[in-house]
Amino acid sequence: MRLRRDLALNGLLLISLACLMVLSLTIGPLKLSAQDVLGALFHAGPDNLSPADLASIDRGARLHLIVTEIRLPRVLLGIIVGASLAMSGAALQGLLRNPLAEPGLLGVSASASLGAVLCLYFGLASISVWLLPVSAMLSAAVSTLLLALFARRSSSNLTLILAGIGLSSMAAALISLAINLAPTPTDVQDIVLWLMGSIADRSFDDIQLCLPFALAGFALLLSCGHELDALTLGEEEAQSMGVSLVRLRLKVITGTALCVGASVAVAGAIGFIGLVVPHMLRRATGYQPARLLLASALGGAVLLLAADMVLRLVSQGFELMLGVVTALIGAPFFLLLVLRSEAEVTR
Amino acid sequence: MSRLDIRHVSVKRGDRHLVNDISLRISGGTLFGLIGPNGAGKSSLLRAVAQLLPHTGQCHLGAQLLEQASAHWRAKRLGYLAQSGELAWPMAVRDFVGLGRMPHKRSGWWLTRRPGMRDVKACPVPEHDDEAVNLALAQTGLSSLAQRPLNQLSGGEQARVRLARALAVSADVLLADEPCASLDPFHQLSVMELLLSQSRQGKVVVVVLHDLTLASRFCDQLLLLHEGAAVATGEPRQVLTPDNLQRVYQLQAIHGEFRDQPYIVPWQSSHADSTGGHPVNQSINEPINKSGVCLQEEIPVQ
Repeated sequence: MRLRRDLALNGLLLISLACLMVLSLTIGPLKLSAQDVLGALFHAGPDNLSPADLASIDRGARLHLIVTEIRLPRVLLGIIVGASLAMSGAALQGLLRNPLAEPGLLGVSASASLGAVLCLYFGLASISVWLLPVSAMLSAAVSTLLLALFARRSSSNLTLILAGIGLSSMAAALISLAINLAPTPTDVQDIVLWLMGSIADRSFDDIQLCLPFALAGFALLLSCGHELDALTLGEEEAQSMGVSLVRLRLKVITGTALCVGASVAVAGAIGFIGLVVPHMLRRATGYQPARLLLASALGGAVLLLAADMVLRLVSQGFELMLGVVTALIGAPFFLLLVLRSEAEVTR
Repeated sequence: MSRLDIRHVSVKRGDRHLVNDISLRISGGTLFGLIGPNGAGKSSLLRAVAQLLPHTGQCHLGAQLLEQASAHWRAKRLGYLAQSGELAWPMAVRDFVGLGRMPHKRSGWWLTRRPGMRDVKACPVPEHDDEAVNLALAQTGLSSLAQRPLNQLSGGEQARVRLARALAVSADVLLADEPCASLDPFHQLSVMELLLSQSRQGKVVVVVLHDLTLASRFCDQLLLLHEGAAVATGEPRQVLTPDNLQRVYQLQAIHGEFRDQPYIVPWQSSHADSTGGHPVNQSINEPINKSGVCLQEEIPVQ
C-alpha cells in the first residue's frame, strides 16, 4: 500500500513535470503550440547547420533548432538544478533531523558560490571548464563538513542554524571582497550576475558539465534513504540498528556537495528550493526521509521549472534572475515556517 | 538459548571511570535489572554492552565476541532502547515501529544493500515483517493507535511506541534504558510484565530501573551500581538490603511484602535522620503507627 502511494505521488509529480516541460518549451519570443514543440522535438534536424543558414531552412527545421538548441537546455538544466537542490535539502533535513536545514540556509550554497567566484576572480575558469564546478563542489563539501562537525558537537538545532548563518556570512564577506577587489567593472558584473542565479542562455555544454556530478550526487543521496529513516530513532538507536553514523554523514555530505556544487556551478546561487520542496511533500510521504528523497527531487524540478516559466512570462524585455525570484518567494515562506514550528526550532 | 557474558567491562571518560570492571553472566530467560543512583554508570554499561560506547573488556553473546561482530550481525540480535529519544518526524506509529525491522531487510533499493547482508541465512529467519510489527504493537497496547502520527500521542504513548520499535527487532537480547521513566503506574506495570514475558520466551532482557519496587518485584537478578562499580549482584532480596540502600542511595526505605510480592518504599534520606526524623529502618521489624505509615497488616486485602 505504501508502494502504491509512492507510485501515485511520484507518478503525479512526473506527469506534471512532463506537462510543464512541454509548456515551458512553448514560451518565448516566438510563441509555439504544444503540437509545434512535440513535432519539433521529434523532427529530424538538419546536420551541421550554421546559424547563418537559419533563414534558408524550412519552418520545421527552424522550430527544431529553436526548441532543442535554445529552449531545451534551459528546461533540462532547470530540472537538474531543481532536483539537485531539493534532494540535498531533503537529505540534509534527514541527517540533521531538522526541518529548517537547507543548503542555502546553512551556507552550503554560499560556500559553493565562493568557490566558483574565486575561480572567476582568478580567471581559473578559462584554464579548464572543469575547474569551476570542481572548486564549487569542494567548497560546498568543506562547508557541509564543518556543519556536520557542529551538528555532532551539539545536538541543539539552534547551534546548527547559527553555525550555518556564520558560514554564509563568512562566504558572503569573502565574495564581497572578491567583488571589491575585482580588476575591471566587467569582472564585477560577471560575478554579480552569476551570483543572482539564472538558467537563461545555457547550452548542452553546461548540462554536460553538471549532469555527471549531479547524477553521482543523486545516487549517493538515494542510497542513504533507509539509514536516514533509522536516524529518526535518534543517533544511538540508529547505531544499534547497524547504521554507521560516520559513513552516513560522509555519504550525505559528499552527495550534497556534488549536487549543490554542480547546480551552483552552472546556475549560480538559487536559494530556498531545498527548504520549500521537502516541506511541502513531507506529509504526503508520511514523514519518512527515505520516501521524501525521490519525491523531493521531482518536486524540486517541477517547482524550479514553474518558477522559471513564470519569470519568463513576467519579464518582457528585461531578464529577471531566477535566484532573485526563488528568494523572493522562499524567504517569506521560511519566516512562516519558523513561526509555525517555533517550538520545534528552539527544541 | 542465548547467553550474554560480560567480562571486565570498563568505560573511561577522561581519567574518570564511568563503569569500572563489571563482569556479569546473564542467561536467556532472565530479566536482569541495573539499578543505582544517578550517574552510577547504568546507562554507560548498557551502551557499552550494545557497543555504542568505546570500552575495555569483552562481551560475548553465545560464542560470538560482540566487539568483533559486524554492526549488522549485532543489529539483528541486540535490541537497544535509549533512555530518551526525541522523535524527529511525526511519522505514523506503524511506520515508526516498522523501522525496527530494518536489520532484517534483505534487499529493497539495490544501493542500500550493506556489507554483512550475506549472513542473513545464518540467523533464524524472523517472522514476516508485518507480523513482527503487529505483534509489537499488540504487546504494547498500541494496535488502535497504529495509524496515528507520533506528535498526536502523549509522552507515555510515545515511550511505548519506542519500546514497540525495540521489540519489533525480535532480537535475542533486549537492552532497555529506563523504559518506565515517563509512564504512569499502570503502564509501568504493564511494561514490566511485558519485559518479564519477553525474558520468559528465552531472551536476555536487561533493564535500567529507578523504581526499587519494580526492580525487586519483577527482576530475577539485579546489579546495584555505585560510581561505576558493582556494589552487589544477585537476587533482589540479596541486593536491596537496608544496608546497601543506605550505602548507595543514603536512603532509608520501608520494606514489606504484599501477597508474597516484595515492595520497597523509599521513605527518607539519611540527612533527615539527623534532624529528628523517624528511624524508618526499624519499621521493617516493628510497626510505627504513630507516624501514620500504612503498614503491611493494615493494607486492605480484597
